[in-house]
Amino acid sequence: MATIPLEHVATESEWKQPSRGVVAMASLITAEASIFTIFVVAYLYYLGRDVSGPTPKQVLEVPIFGTVCLLSSSGFIMLAESAIEHGRIAAFRIWWSVTILLGAIFLTITGLEWYKLIVHDHLTVRTNLFGTTFYSLVGLHASHVVAGLLMMLAVLAFALTGHVRQEHAERIKVLGLYWHFVDAVWVVVFTVVYVVGR
Amino acid sequence: MGSESLPNIPGIEAGLDRTPALKKTGTYLELVHDWVVTVDHKKLGILYISYALIFLLVAGAEALLMRIQLFFPHNTFVSPFTFNRLFTMHGTTMVFLVGMPILFGFGNYLVPLMIGARDMAFPRLNAFSFWISAFAGLLLYYSYIGGVGLSGTGSAPDVAWFAYAPLTSRAFSPGHTVDYWAVSIMASGVGSIGTAINILATVFCMRCKGMTLSRIPLLPWLYATVSFIVLVAVSPLTAAQAMLMIDRYLGGHFFDTQAGGSAILWAHFFWIFGHPEVYVLVLPAFAFANEIIPVFSRKAIFGYSAMVAASVGIAFISLSVWAHHMFTIGMTSFGNAFFTLSTMLVSIPTGIKTFNWLATIWGGKIRFATPMLFSIAFLFQWVIAGLTGIMLSISPWNWQTHNSYFVVAHFHYVLVGAIVFMIFAALYYWYPKITGRMLDERLGKWHFWLMVIGFHVTFDTMHFPGLLGMPRQIYTYEPDRGWTLLNQIVSVGGIIQAIAVLIFVWNMVRSYFRGAEAGPDPWDAWTLEWSTSSPPPVYNFVVDPVVASRRPLWDLKHPEDPDSAFE
Repeated sequence: MATIPLEHVATESEWKQPSRGVVAMASLITAEASIFTIFVVAYLYYLGRDVSGPTPKQVLEVPIFGTVCLLSSSGFIMLAESAIEHGRIAAFRIWWSVTILLGAIFLTITGLEWYKLIVHDHLTVRTNLFGTTFYSLVGLHASHVVAGLLMMLAVLAFALTGHVRQEHAERIKVLGLYWHFVDAVWVVVFTVVYVVGR
Repeated sequence: MGSESLPNIPGIEAGLDRTPALKKTGTYLELVHDWVVTVDHKKLGILYISYALIFLLVAGAEALLMRIQLFFPHNTFVSPFTFNRLFTMHGTTMVFLVGMPILFGFGNYLVPLMIGARDMAFPRLNAFSFWISAFAGLLLYYSYIGGVGLSGTGSAPDVAWFAYAPLTSRAFSPGHTVDYWAVSIMASGVGSIGTAINILATVFCMRCKGMTLSRIPLLPWLYATVSFIVLVAVSPLTAAQAMLMIDRYLGGHFFDTQAGGSAILWAHFFWIFGHPEVYVLVLPAFAFANEIIPVFSRKAIFGYSAMVAASVGIAFISLSVWAHHMFTIGMTSFGNAFFTLSTMLVSIPTGIKTFNWLATIWGGKIRFATPMLFSIAFLFQWVIAGLTGIMLSISPWNWQTHNSYFVVAHFHYVLVGAIVFMIFAALYYWYPKITGRMLDERLGKWHFWLMVIGFHVTFDTMHFPGLLGMPRQIYTYEPDRGWTLLNQIVSVGGIIQAIAVLIFVWNMVRSYFRGAEAGPDPWDAWTLEWSTSSPPPVYNFVVDPVVASRRPLWDLKHPEDPDSAFE
């Protein structure tokens, strides 16, 4: 009677649970994926339903270089993650900067593309359905790139001032998950907008 | 091992905080400051619940105004414009400012306590989620003074809670009321998604030692399920509101039919959110029933794993039924058949749940305290709501009754008969834990019986004007339609419910000061929240709990016959 039955088979000698950062990021990615799904569905549904031009075929050029930059940045961020996990801070700083640079190049190319579309092709959100859905979908993705870059720049600032150490590897990994998601979404957006839609 | 980590006192006394409570010496301003800056899950839970209860009174008052207007044919109590605003605000408020916050409030308060954690996984995100939701409520109601509505006639949104395009376009809704509506729903959506992320991370990463997935109490399990639905179903609404804002502010054409856009796409996007939302609201009600019914039947829940599986099943099925709100919009016969069948599929997991509750009660030693009374009424009303749901899922029947009062009666049977009743049950059940005082049982019985009578007078009767052809959202009707008496009965029932709710409000206020001391475990319950003092100290548990079964307090109270021996 005196003993409390809480001691029941202490097999859980090591009580391990998933990392809350990873679970939370996976949840955020689920929510974001649903938002992107709605915009992708709208893009596909309205494809070719414009009552006036210009059409995607007339004005869109496939941004191959930007795509290569963005997708390869996923590889570099993995190098950075592995570097910090093994405590190689200098390597981490290099790979992390390369990732940011590649993301920034992608963003610049998107900016140039928009400049051309707006100034030369006179395609704005107002012009037609294509304009509305194109700028919304690509803009939604670009805003996620911006968010990712801002977070990565913050980490870079901490890394350069020596505040990022090996014990932060898991947090870096969580941020890396977000960046992988941004890249994976681009695969979908690229396929929908520049392959199927053109 | 457990006996070393716990003081050598048997029973739940071991978990109680024996340090004398600090006398509150702070000024009024310090008290307010304390609540504003808090990141404690219990305080945020209380904030959520109180905020929702205030809006419950507001939206209830709006419902009463509508019922007064419909009491006589050709009544002129409110103008048609005001009436449009009333039903829009009633619906939006009840879903976004009452239903979601109160359920998240209970989740906030109970989930960490029930899994033996000190707080949520992300306390500051938790505070952010609450305050952005609170901001959403203020924003929506600010539109009464800040907005200009349809035809420039003023104030609040008047486009119904589903806000079908193209009524929401600049051409038909000048002014800013629709903007207030859209932005406030986006803000509340951000808060909901934040809380959902937090609950998922808490349930899966913050459990106390020994609480494996199959030992989590059903309430946290169901809240995790709800959070998943929030992630995949509330986000589409946020996306659709973004599109609406692009249309309204940047001149986009998403829902502009003249430029090739589609009004029907809005309906799809809205109901992709709208139907799972019903399950976001009703699964927490199920969660309360899962905790309350076993305790008051003195039996462990019947079919724990079937309950979890059924909840997850509901979550998945709920994502594929949305177009049953749109049968009259016109779909292919394949679409009609698909959505009829998928809707009917929902009745399998919900049926499993209903039978499990019945099996839990069966042969139990039932205590008819107020929480149990509300739970039993919930069981009956939930089944009836499900039956009219099956009727409405049949597309030919739906074509006849769509947008009639039959539909209004059906979904109020779910929202009031199931969800509000279980919210009352939960308040009676956990109020002692939250405040340390029992709610008065005599007032509780008055509240219960008036609520049951008022509910049935209103919502049983409401089916009939629907079958006689009365459409929803009309501000008045002709005297020769045969709807007059039925509408009057409905309105009288509404007033009875209002009296019941006022008795409840009085009970809450009075019991806070004069209620009997609750003690840590007034209901002789089995989950971890009852192992700590009422109200719990900020750190929840003096000693980190270690559990060995689904009913840790049963094990503590009955060391001769612990549940853990049977797992």
